[in-house]
Amino acid sequence: MSALELSHIGLSLGGTPVLDDVSMHVASGEFVSILGPSGCGKSSLLRLLIRALQPDRGEILVGGALLEESPPAFAFMPQRDALMPWRRIIDNVILGLEVQGVRPAAARARVRPLFATFGLDGFEQHYPAQLSGGMRQRAALMRTIVQDRPVQLLDEPFGALDALTRTEMQRWLERRWQHARWTTVLVTHDVREAVALSDRIYVLSPRPARIIAEFAVPDRRPRLGRTLSPEAVRLEAALLDTLLTPTGDRS
Amino acid sequence: MPALLRTFLTSIRRSLPAILSVAVALAAWEIYVLVSGISALVLPAPSRVIGQIAANRALLWANTLPTLQATLTGFAFSLSLAFTLSVLIDFVPRLRRALFPVFVISQTLPLVAIAPLVVLWFGFGLTPKILLVALVTFFPMLIALVDGYESTEPEIEALLASMGASRAGIFRRARFPSAMPYFFGGLRISITYAVVAAIFAEYVGARSGLGIVILNAKNSFRPDLMLAAVVISSALTLALFGATALLQWLVLGWRQAGAVR
Repeated sequence: MSALELSHIGLSLGGTPVLDDVSMHVASGEFVSILGPSGCGKSSLLRLLIRALQPDRGEILVGGALLEESPPAFAFMPQRDALMPWRRIIDNVILGLEVQGVRPAAARARVRPLFATFGLDGFEQHYPAQLSGGMRQRAALMRTIVQDRPVQLLDEPFGALDALTRTEMQRWLERRWQHARWTTVLVTHDVREAVALSDRIYVLSPRPARIIAEFAVPDRRPRLGRTLSPEAVRLEAALLDTLLTPTGDRS
Repeated sequence: MPALLRTFLTSIRRSLPAILSVAVALAAWEIYVLVSGISALVLPAPSRVIGQIAANRALLWANTLPTLQATLTGFAFSLSLAFTLSVLIDFVPRLRRALFPVFVISQTLPLVAIAPLVVLWFGFGLTPKILLVALVTFFPMLIALVDGYESTEPEIEALLASMGASRAGIFRRARFPSAMPYFFGGLRISITYAVVAAIFAEYVGARSGLGIVILNAKNSFRPDLMLAAVVISSALTLALFGATALLQWLVLGWRQAGAVR
């Protein structure tokens, strides 16, 4: 059974069509990327899932049940880390648990053992401004994971990082994911990131977004930090081609 | 609290230039009075003003307390009103359009005209002072809070919504803390207005207070005593300003944490 299934989703915002007949599925334990040009409606797609927006057409199934009728299924990691500057890191991490009604002391006790795994050992009592960009992003990911929801939604999580930190974070995420196998939907416009991390990749067209291609990534993990296989190199080229062709940006 | 002590010492060191320029101005004033031989009935020397403070300390102290009481009561009233309304406006945006024009108009009323009327309506007691302090400080505080709520990062709100937080939960966990820097900015400005408004209200009509000391000294041609009362009112304002700065330092500790990376 699919952890998540979207069928024939259509969405308009303020009269502008944003999504046009988008269908996709994500299996349990699968890492799926949604790749598309900037401003194509990728983030709107995630906003549908966290129910910040309502689709005009189509339906969303979560674990076989309609999204509106299912218990909360998604943990969301927004584009920028969205850490609260007035909360210490540990209190940022437990935010989701707090909203679920867990008492802060119990929530802190629950997340404390995870700090080493996320490379944040000793930074529990720091404020976000005292951490580097990569550390903040790990804290934001930790805040996402500890909510213990069936599906993780990552909205361009490394987009705001410098190139070196981004690579470091991608490697780190790949290793963590290999251990934990969170069901993950990653939204990105970075072809290399999508190929490195995903089991499957959906490519969206520019607005109004349709799915114009779906690729499975054949390579074995870990993929980062070593030479890509010829198939993966061809896949990257094909993805770039698919992304660039419909916009007429090739020249 | 060594961190507090360190902050205190740094602020002393930072304010040295200010202390120096004030000292120079006072010295020039003192010398001018000595050399020109101008009458103390026109321009008393700073040393004479300080002498008056010492000589009239019982009178000044007895009249500082009512002013302080009027300032703090009026300001507390104004703050609770501003906070309550800011929350209502945040939850019912239509209220903002209904109420803001009224508040803006209230800020255009000249205090010289309003103060005697308020005293006429409410007498010489505490009520007119509370109302005038509130009239002057309420709107800046309301604006600070409402703008502060609006400054909340949309991503943080989207995040909380995705976690299943209610509108009230989002307000408590994100919008209210986001407004704190704005709130303290408004607080620092308003507390200084509050003292001036309280003294003005007393000047127009009261039984006691620094405004009354100033009024009586003026009527008996005692500029030295007037200036003595002015020095006390400035000191009172500075003390209240310092108290808000200390409060901000305690509440917004995370901002310092960000600075000493």
